[in-house]
Order: sequence, then C-alpha cells, then structure tokens
Amino acid sequence: MLIPPAEGSPFGPATYLWLLAVPLLPLAAWMLQATIGRFLPRQGDWLPTGAMAVAAAIAIYWCVQVFRLHDPDFLLSTARDGYGWRFLYSGQAPGGALGGFSGGILYDNLAAILLAMVALVSFLVHLFSVGYMHGDSRYNVFFSNLPLFTFAMLALVLSDNLLFFFVFWEIMGLCSYLLIGHLALDKKEPRMSAAWASLKAFMTTRIGDVALFLGMCAVWAKFGTLSFHELYSRVAEVTDNGQSWPLWLTVAGLLMFGGSVGKSAQFPLHVWLPDAMEGPTPVSAMIHAATMVAAGVYLAGRVILLCSPDAQLVMACVGGFTALFAATIGMAAFDIKKVLAYSTISQLGYMICAIGVGGVAAGLFHVITHAFFKACLFLGSGSVIHGCHHEQDMRHMGGLRRRMKITYLTMLVSTLAIAGVPLFAGFYSKDAIIAATLEKKMTLGAGDAWLWALPFFFLILSAVLTAFYMFRLIHMTFHGQARSHHAEHAHESPASMTIPLIVLAALAIFGGRFWPADPAHALSGGREPWFLELVHDPKLENWNPQAIEAAGGWSQVGARGAVAHDAGHAEEHGAVAHAAHSQAMLFSILAAGLGILLSYVVYQWRLIDPARVARALGGFYTLVYNKYGFDELYHATVIRGTMLWSQFLSAFDARVIDGIANGIGRLMSRVAGFSAAYDRVVVDGAVNWLAESTSAAGQSLRRVQTGRIQQYAYFTFAGAVVLAVIVLLDLF
Amino acid sequence: MEQYLLTLITFLPALGMLVILALPGTAVHAIRWCAALFTGAVLALSTWLYFWGFDPASPGMQFTEQHDWIPSFHIQYYMGVDGLSLPLVFLSALIHFVAVFSSWNISKSVKGYFALLLLLEVGVTGVFLALDFFLFYVFWEIMLLPMYFLIGIWGGPRREYAAIKFFLFTLAGSVLMLVALVALYLKSGAGGIDPSFNLLALRELAAGWAQDPSTFLGMKFTTWIFWFLFIGFAIKIPVFPFHTWLPDAHVEAPTPISVILAGILLKLGAYGMMRVNFPLAPDAFNTFRDTLAVLGTINIVYGAYVAMGQTDFKRVVAYSSVSHMGYFLLGAAAMTSHGLNGANLQLFTHGTSSAMLFLIVGVVYDRAHHRDLNDFGGLGQRMPYYLGLSTIGIFAALGLPGLSGFIAEAATLLGAYERYPLLVLISTLGIIMTAAFLLYALQRVFLGKLPEKYAGFRDLSGREAFCLSVFAVWCILVGVLPTVVLNKMAPSLESWRTNMELAIRTATGG
Amino acid sequence: MIPLGAYLAVAAALFLVGLVMVASRRNLVYVLMGLELILNAANLNLVAFDRFRPGAGVDGQITALFVIILAAAEAAIALAIVLNAFSLFETIRPDEMDTMKD
Repeated sequence: MLIPPAEGSPFGPATYLWLLAVPLLPLAAWMLQATIGRFLPRQGDWLPTGAMAVAAAIAIYWCVQVFRLHDPDFLLSTARDGYGWRFLYSGQAPGGALGGFSGGILYDNLAAILLAMVALVSFLVHLFSVGYMHGDSRYNVFFSNLPLFTFAMLALVLSDNLLFFFVFWEIMGLCSYLLIGHLALDKKEPRMSAAWASLKAFMTTRIGDVALFLGMCAVWAKFGTLSFHELYSRVAEVTDNGQSWPLWLTVAGLLMFGGSVGKSAQFPLHVWLPDAMEGPTPVSAMIHAATMVAAGVYLAGRVILLCSPDAQLVMACVGGFTALFAATIGMAAFDIKKVLAYSTISQLGYMICAIGVGGVAAGLFHVITHAFFKACLFLGSGSVIHGCHHEQDMRHMGGLRRRMKITYLTMLVSTLAIAGVPLFAGFYSKDAIIAATLEKKMTLGAGDAWLWALPFFFLILSAVLTAFYMFRLIHMTFHGQARSHHAEHAHESPASMTIPLIVLAALAIFGGRFWPADPAHALSGGREPWFLELVHDPKLENWNPQAIEAAGGWSQVGARGAVAHDAGHAEEHGAVAHAAHSQAMLFSILAAGLGILLSYVVYQWRLIDPARVARALGGFYTLVYNKYGFDELYHATVIRGTMLWSQFLSAFDARVIDGIANGIGRLMSRVAGFSAAYDRVVVDGAVNWLAESTSAAGQSLRRVQTGRIQQYAYFTFAGAVVLAVIVLLDLF
Repeated sequence: MEQYLLTLITFLPALGMLVILALPGTAVHAIRWCAALFTGAVLALSTWLYFWGFDPASPGMQFTEQHDWIPSFHIQYYMGVDGLSLPLVFLSALIHFVAVFSSWNISKSVKGYFALLLLLEVGVTGVFLALDFFLFYVFWEIMLLPMYFLIGIWGGPRREYAAIKFFLFTLAGSVLMLVALVALYLKSGAGGIDPSFNLLALRELAAGWAQDPSTFLGMKFTTWIFWFLFIGFAIKIPVFPFHTWLPDAHVEAPTPISVILAGILLKLGAYGMMRVNFPLAPDAFNTFRDTLAVLGTINIVYGAYVAMGQTDFKRVVAYSSVSHMGYFLLGAAAMTSHGLNGANLQLFTHGTSSAMLFLIVGVVYDRAHHRDLNDFGGLGQRMPYYLGLSTIGIFAALGLPGLSGFIAEAATLLGAYERYPLLVLISTLGIIMTAAFLLYALQRVFLGKLPEKYAGFRDLSGREAFCLSVFAVWCILVGVLPTVVLNKMAPSLESWRTNMELAIRTATGG
Repeated sequence: MIPLGAYLAVAAALFLVGLVMVASRRNLVYVLMGLELILNAANLNLVAFDRFRPGAGVDGQITALFVIILAAAEAAIALAIVLNAFSLFETIRPDEMDTMKD
C-alpha cells in the first residue's frame, strides 16, 4: 500500500518510526523518571531534558526536510499507507460501515511545524526548569510530570483522528492538574491555593472536554468514523461542498469548538488560566506556549472544516470578544504573571477568531509565533521572579534593566513581537489575522451580516490594548527606579535559564520570516511569510470524494500534491484580498504604535497618572480590576448551585429513598410483630401452660428430696410397712 | 484436565475451605497462606484460560461440561465460558486473590473469615460459569450467605444493620428470580417437549413465547419474566432506586469485602441481565429498553451528585460505583456494537478501578481509624507512594484517557449516542461531577498542610502496595491496550447482539 | 426340736437390727454392717425354711452360700465406694452426702 518515496525524497516508512520516537522519548523519560528518578544523580533532571533534546532534534530534522520539500500539499498519513493501531475493537460502526477503530499518524506541513515548535519550546522549558526549580522539594516529581505533558502534546499533534486527539488532550488535562498543583504538596509550605487552582483548571477544561466528546459522539453516530480526513470527506459529501449545512452538524461543530473554548481559555471558560499561575513559572510557559492552549487552537484548525458558517461566526465572535475582554483585564493587573496570563487569553482569542473567519493558516501561524514570544515572556518573568526572590507584584519591581540585562533584552524583544511591531515575528501573524477578518467582512459585502464586522473591531482595539499593557509591564518591571528591597538586590539568573531566553528571543525576532518575507507581499507580489507558504487554509471541496477520485484515489492524496491545492490561490487573493491586506497592515501598525505611545505617555514620561485614570473610571475600573467578577459569579451560581443540589440529593437519598427502604423494613417488622404476638399468646400459651403446671407440681414435690440416702431408706421401710399392713389386714 | 477446567476453577476454593476448616484456628499464618494458595491457584488457572486457553475467535461456549444432576427435574450440571463471562471470571479470580492479601490484618476469628471468603469465591465464579438456570440460582444463593456473615461479623459499628439490609435486598431479588425460574421451567415444557433449565435452550424458545398473546393481570408472560428478572438483577447492580443497601454495606464492610463487593458482586447483576434477563425476554427488552436507558442515566447522574454531597470517603466511593454501573445499563440498552462493548468493558474496568478506590480508602482508614474527608489533609507529603497509586486509581475512575475507565465510558457513550443522544448529553453531567467529587476528595485527603496528628503515618506497606499495584497495572494496561479485554469479548457480544436482534424481529413479527 | 417360729423370730430380730443400723447410723461402715446383718437374716430364713420343708435337701444351704459369697463381693465393692465417697466428700457420714438432692 505504501507509496514508494519519490526519487531522492527522505520520506519513507521509516519516517513514521522516527516521528513515533518524538513523543515516545519523553514518554520513556516519564516512565523512568516516575519510577527510578529520585535515585538518579541530580534527581534525574538530565533524563527528561536529554530525552527532549533528542526529540527536538528529530522533530526539527524532519521539519527541515518538510521545508526543503516546500510542498503545501505534503502529507504523510498512516491511514493512507495502510498502517494503524487498532485501538478499539468494534464489530460494526454506525451506518453499517466496516468496524474497527484504528488510529495513526498524520504528518502534514502543519503537524511538522507544530511538532518541531512544541518539541523545541518544551526542551527549552525543561532546560530552564533545571535552573528555576533548583531546590524544590519535589524536584524529581516535577521532572517526571513535565515530559508526560510534552508527550501528550506531541502525540496529539501527530494524531490523525479525534479519539486519539481526545485521549492526549485529556492526558494534558491531567498533567496540567498535576503541575499547576505542584506546590500544593511542597514540603516546606504547601499552598492550598495551588490545589484549588489545579482543581479549577481541570474542572473548567473538563466542561469543554465533555462538549468536545459530545461533538465526537455526534459525528461518530452519523459518519461512523473519527479520522479527520474521512470526516472531511463525509462532510464535503453531506453538505455538498459546504453549500448546505444540516442543523445537527452546526451543533456538532459548536460542541467541538467547546473543547477549544475550554482548553484555550476562551470566554466564558477563561477563568482557569489566570489561576493556573499558581503553578511554577516553567509550567506556565509550557501551558501558555507549547502545550495546553495551543492544543485548543490546533483542534479548531483541524475541525474547522466540520464547522458550518454559523458555527464559524460563533467562533469568530467568541475569539474576538475574548481578545478584547482579556486585554482590558490585563491592563489592570499588577501581578506580572497575571498580566501575561491575560495576554495569552487575548492572543488565543486572536487565533480562534482568525480560524473562525476562515484565516485558518493565519491563526495557526500565530500559534507558532506566539509560542516563541510567549514562552520567552514567561520564562523571562520566571527569571525576574527568580531574581527578585519570588516577588511577583510589578509595583514592587522597577529598575531591573541594569541588573538583569539579558532578561530585559529578551523580554523587550518578545514584547515588541507581541505588540505587533513590524519585522518581529508577531507582526506577520497578527497582520495576517487582522487581514483575514477584514477580508471576510469585505468579501461578504456591506449588506451581509454586520456581525462579521465585529471580529475586526475587537481585534484592532485589542491590538492597541495589547501594545499598551505589554509595554506597561516592561516599564513597571524594568524601567524607572527600584521600588522594593528585593528589586534593588535582584541578580541575573544562571545560564541554564538565560540560554533558553536567548534562543526564544531569537525566534521571536526571526520566527516570522525564516526567509526574507515581504510584509507587503500582497501589494508587491513578493513572498509570503514562510508559514503561510507552507500551510494553506483548508478547503472542504478538496476532500470531496470526487476530488479524491479525480486525484487518483486515496492512496495518492497528498503524495505529490495530488489533491490539487487550488491553482486559483492567487486569483482568489484578488482585488479584495489586496485591499484587505494593505488596510489591515496599516491598521495594525497604527494600533501597535498607538498602544506603545500611550504606554510611554503614562508610564515612562508620566504625563498621565494611572491612578487618576483609575479613579476617574470609578466603578468600571473596580469591575475590570476584579476581572469582571466572573470568579465570583461562577462561584455563586455554578459551584454553589452544584453543591446545594448535591447536598439536596444526598439528603433525598438518605431520607426519602433510604427512608422508603427502611419504612418497608419497619412495616414488615410490624407485621412480623403482630404475627409473633399471636404466636406467643395463643399458640405458645397453651403449650406453656401445660409445661408450667407440670413444673409447678414438680417444684412442690421437690422438698421431699433431701438427698439423704438414709431418709430414703426410712421412706422405703415406711412404705413397706404400709404395704404390709394393707396386705395383712386385707384392706382392699 | 481441560474438560474439567471450569469445575476446577469453581470448586478449588471449596477444597481450600475444607483445608482451612481442618486447620486449627490458632494457625493463623497457615490459614492465610492456604487461602492465598488456593485463590492463587484459581488465578493461575483463570489466567491460563484467559490468555491461552480461550479461543477469542469463537463466539460460542467453550470448555463446556454437561452432566445430569437431578434428572427428574431436568436439572443439569452445565458449565461453559464465552466472551461474556471470561473477563469476569478472570476478574473474580484476580479480585479474590488480592482480597486475601488485603485481609492479612484481619484478626478476629481468622479461620471462619477465610473459609467464608473462599466459599464466596465458589458462588461468584459459579454464577459466571453456570449455563443451567437452576445451577445459576444455586450459586447465586451460595454467594449470598458468606457475604452476609462477612459483613455482619467482621464489619464496622453498624454491621448488623448493613448485613441485614444487604441480605434482605438481595433476598427479595432472589425470590423474584426464583418465581421467574419456576415459571420459565414450566413454560418451557408447555409445547409437549421436556421442560428445561438450560439457558441456551431457553433462549431459543424465548422468541416464540413473545408471540403468545395471552396475558396475566394485563401483562404478557415475557413481560412478567422480564420485570421479575430485571428487578432481581437490578438490586444487585444496583439500579436506582434499589441502591441504598450499597452505601451501607460498603461503609460497614471490612476493606477486602468492599473490594469484592464493588469489584465483582455488582457485576453479577449486570452479567445476569446479559446472560438471563435480556435473552429470555427479548421483546420485553425491546419494549422497555428506553426505560432502562433512562434508569442508567439516572444512575450515572444521580450517583455522581449524591457522591459529591458525602463526607465519608467510603460513601463517596460507594456512590461512585452507583454512578459507574449506570454506564452498563445505558450501553446495554442502546444495544449498538460499541455500546455493548463499552458496557461490558465497563464491568471489567470498574471492577479494577473501584476495587482500587476501596483499597485506597482502606489504607487511610487503617491509619486514621476514621473516614471523614474534612478531617484529612496533606497526607501526600508523608505518603508519596500512596499518593501516586491513589492518583492512578482516582484518575482511572474518573475516566482519564490512557487509563481503563475512559475506554469503557467513551465506547459506551459513543455507542449509546446513536440511539439516545439526549441521554448521553445528560449523562455527561455525570462525567463532570465524577471528576469533581473524586478530585475534591483527593484534594482533601492528600493536598495542603499535614495536620500534626497524622505526622506519624507511614507510607504503604509492601503488602498494601502490592494489592494496589495489581489493579493499577490493569487500569493502565486496559487503558493503553483495550483490545486485551475487548478482543476476548467482542465476538461473543457480536453474536449476542445478532441473536437479540433476530429474536426481537421474530418476536415482533417483523 | 426348735420350732420354725423361733428361727423366724431370730431372723426378724436380726433383720430389724440391721434395718435400724442402715437407717440411722451416722457412719457408713456401720451402715454396711447393718446390711450384712440383713443379709444374714435372710440366710437364716433360707436355711430354716429348707430344713422344715417336706423332702428336705440342701437347696436352702446352697442358696445361702451364694448369698454369703455375694455379700463378700458386695462388701468389697461397698468399701471401695465408701473410700471414694470419703475422698470426694471428706466424710463418711451419709446424711452429709446429699448431692442427690440437686
């Protein structure tokens, strides 16, 4: 079945084994670390770190091969090549299709890039943790959970079907639970807040997971398959290439999107991510850059073809709203990690929104660039916290620029990237996203659904805010004078922590353009950013069975671009796209500039006192400062409601259900009691009377029995005399 | 040897019981090791049967033994194993073996305890292997008595109440089953043929009875049979609202008995439905399957919510059993390929994970002598191995992928969705709540500050670690390679489903 | 020739003496002696009746011999019982041995 590799192509059956090694290396590291880790020298931290280094090397090697191939339709699929792991036996799938559930590897450009990114960032986080977690009381446990987390994400990226996807998705949930709650078991000072945060994270994401699972059930029940590619085919068939969408498919799409909402912390399930800061900083970096939240966006990118236009609109609006909503909270936060957490939520909003408006590639591009600069920012904040002796409040920092030069520079670069300053990585992806929203609005025309304009405005506005609050962070942390004892005595972190920072900062600069991309390619006809050249927005009609047939059948799909990536790509990016791109670029540069300018006005030049602004805003500021009160709202409604309801049901169970059982028991024992009484009084009575009278008679005679043998002899003699008298006198 | 394998598996514990009874009561160690030896032998035989002896490709009965027992009533000694019973026989052997080791610190009349334990194993294994309804019933009753004494003598403070409650609930079910048993026997002889207790023969006749229009008190014969058997088995599962004996029995029973109770006894009810109840009244099953699915959903959601409201660790786990057994009912009622596979896999996976949970409770109870969740905290610091194994157990129970519970629940729900999308939607509430109460319990026991009074606790002993690890291994194994169990039972379940569908079609005249 | 009545009178007297001894003595040994007297009273009667019956033979005497042998055996057993009773009750007063009452 396997297609012979093209002449000179490095890809062949062995590729699968190499790819399999990428997730399996951290898995093996986890197994060893979890069992014998604490007996190893240095508590075994080198084991997962080394395994990750090898895994990252393999992933990057294959990613480079993919780059060199430079084919947007590159695809390696075990299902196509006739391999697979038969995971679940099933006699018959719904619809009578051939049963059996097997999963395998799906390795296309997107997976290749993500795999390399995840492996690389994870490796850097591992390396950083060696320094950062030094002296932790559960150092070995930390280093066993971290590779498991990475394993789950790497395996998820390679999954070719929803079930495997869900499996690794949930394992990530477990790992986030374990890692966020890491400090809850600290030997020195266990933090209960960490326990609560981990519980909150797990439960909140689980709500999304359950939605995803229901979506899976829905498509499974109709199509009898969970493989991405087969689902695309079936949906293309059912919806007539996306022309007519049945309602259930819209619902299923929304349910699957629910999974993204949970994992990627979109409104209204965003509440867990800021609390997840209870975990050690490397964990935050992991969650925010490489694993958890990226998985949600990746899911959205994989299932977007199953989503109807209505579902897409919901995605776009939720994403856009989240972007703005989280950005406003980020402006009022003072905890350095909380600011970053809200910026993550906001950036995830961008990605989800982009996927919703059809800019799938743009959204996924942002996943990659965001991973680089956000990992850098988090690790940088970790470095700051480490240097300031675990001080996290930005009001107690300041002036760290001179004391922590590397940290300052790397964080500054990343901040420029996240703000969307041209030539930095974030600019390309953010620009592509904003262009996508604008293009969507333009192509739909003025008369059509004003709702489609919303995402664009949300995103532009939050672009301003992002630039503002990120520079606020830089100003408050690094500029000005030290505002506390800790800040004055801050020190630069060791090399194991700064090297990852430098690598990530380099990626934050160059990650958007591995080859010299022309930012205004749409105007000049130059090259697009690398990611957008390799990954195109997926098209449902390419997966239509007829299209596959035309390409020469399944076995040819993607082998050498068999499913033609549409030749009209350039035409489609016609006049409207050109206009959208040029406008979007203008807008995003303006937005970033405005935001940065504002931050300088407020925090550097101090022309406006932020406290006065806060006072002027009054209640609104308080609301924002309290994160719009969602924690309290959920606590008052969902959590309290659940607890009350469960207590009510417990009482119901104990009183009513058990009461009925006990009542029947008591009733039976009453009946038995009556029956017993009859038995006792009437039936037993007669027998007992006889026995008692006999016994009474015996009692009265008992006195004669003295036990003296001689007395008995008297009686015998007396009896004999009496008998003799009777006989002699012939009395009878 | 092979033709007597099933008899050997069933009655080896009885032999062990005799040996134990012959030992002096003071030879405590000899008694324990004797119990371990005999349950170990059963486990070894079952393992051979499971992995090598049994041919998974064949859906029919294997290793059958058939002899006349009471010929005047056509009662036979008829044993056999198929994919439906095989995993449960193995599970039973595994759980009893571990239960023996978990009973090591029982000090009150050790001789009687282990003798009863072995007798219990005879009953349980016999039920799974019996193919004659009368024999089935005999084993069913054999199992009841030791359980009563094991709870009533070796239990906690309210043991008598719990034991009586357990006994009366189960006996009520048994009585209904007995009525159905006699009715079926008489009915099977109605056509001028020899009446029979043979379950396989009865199954062939069942579709015909459904076409009999005559009614008794407004219900057809098969409907009566169905409900009598259903209630009999539902008490054992237990299905809402017959579940209240379970928490009491669990709370009062000593740890190993809870393990057996949750691990294998509850599965008897489910197995009874699969083997006896549904096949013998296919048309009634078809009529009432929606009701069953609703009951299953109630179990799932209700059990989870009630568990959330408990403060006794063991009660939490007990209600989680109620919740988990609901999946069986939902999946079986849906009767799709995945639904059935998932439902029956759930029996196995719940057997391992709930057994583990009860062992976990037992560990902390042995040390603290109470089970109040609000009074624990921080134990994870003193007992890292305990924490690690508990995490596996708890996450297996809450359905984390990669561990056993997920496979069963996912397959059940995927399968059930085709027929009952709304019920699946509702039962996902149970999934969320299960995670909530189990993790909340874990948090209250293990996380946070360690109170002074628990500072002296030692970590798991080798014996405790062994007991927990056995189940942990199975939780992971089934989670990663579900085919280890699914491959054994899928062909039988497929043929079960085909037979049922055929019978339903015949019965409804379709 | 001494008449039969005289034998019988002596035997009756012996019997009475023995009976009184059995019934009233506070010492088990005397009680046993009384029993011997009663047996001998019976022997005397046996011998006397045999002597005075028509066609006299030695049947009475033989029976009396049997009784004497029996009495000897009985005395041996009875003394053993007395010894046992003494070790059990630490007395040989029969009125203190009243456990049969219970």
